[in-house]
Amino acid sequence: MKLDCKHVWGFISDYIDGSVAPELRAEIEKHLEHCEICSAILDSTRNILILTADDRTFELPVGFSERLHERLAKELEAEPG
Amino acid sequence: MTEPEIIARVLAGERNLFHDLIRPYERMVYLTAFSILKDETEAEETAQEAMISAYRHLATFRAESKFSTWLVTITVNAARQKLRKAKRATMESIDERQETAEGDFTPAFLTDWREIPLAALERGELRDAIRAAVAELPEIYREVFTLRDVEEFDVAETAKALGVSENVVKVRLHRARMLMQKRLVPYLKTAAPPKRSWFGRKS
Repeated sequence: MKLDCKHVWGFISDYIDGSVAPELRAEIEKHLEHCEICSAILDSTRNILILTADDRTFELPVGFSERLHERLAKELEAEPG
Repeated sequence: MTEPEIIARVLAGERNLFHDLIRPYERMVYLTAFSILKDETEAEETAQEAMISAYRHLATFRAESKFSTWLVTITVNAARQKLRKAKRATMESIDERQETAEGDFTPAFLTDWREIPLAALERGELRDAIRAAVAELPEIYREVFTLRDVEEFDVAETAKALGVSENVVKVRLHRARMLMQKRLVPYLKTAAPPKRSWFGRKS
């Protein structure tokens, strides 16, 4: 099977997650070796995911934890034992 | 103390241990609620309610599933319920929740960006851009993307929490990632470090 760029794009997400079958993975890798466009798309997508998962990208609002535990404490007290 | 031990002790009457039980999941619960509600105040309120609901129903938790999956499922349901109640959302959500193959799910091209621009992340610009891009995703893609790529749940847990099949998770995730890539490429280009000249270091 010969993969063209459009085929490869369809598998980028599964490829990143390591969930494509080994034969297909090999085909994709063969394509990536000589295709700069697809390599750059793969790298940029992967890098976006690394940045997205960085704890600093999505943070809790200031004071969230304190307010949560305060409210929980009231609930825990109120509950009959 | 392991998680099952804490749960057993809370149920046996050491109620205050519930604080410790949920501490590792505060961010997860908040971000899940936020991915559905897109509003900080409502997400915080929903996160609190989901935690209280988890406490009240702790006895129904079955150890064959992970506590995190159970907790996030409660959160998803609480947030969706809130969204349904909110009048402003009723009209939008009907349209927005429909699965559509429309929209441009092809990636954007770039050839000159390979580095992870950590410096840009430090400055916060890229973080803002990523948050804005996630907020712009249609709801069905935003939910999946948040669980998989922000909170790093696996496909099976994500499917369970959202009440969809694993295949649906994969399809939506792919589309979400392509939309993110397309939306963020301009930022990645400007964040790229300057290329070194042929003669070595840039002055």
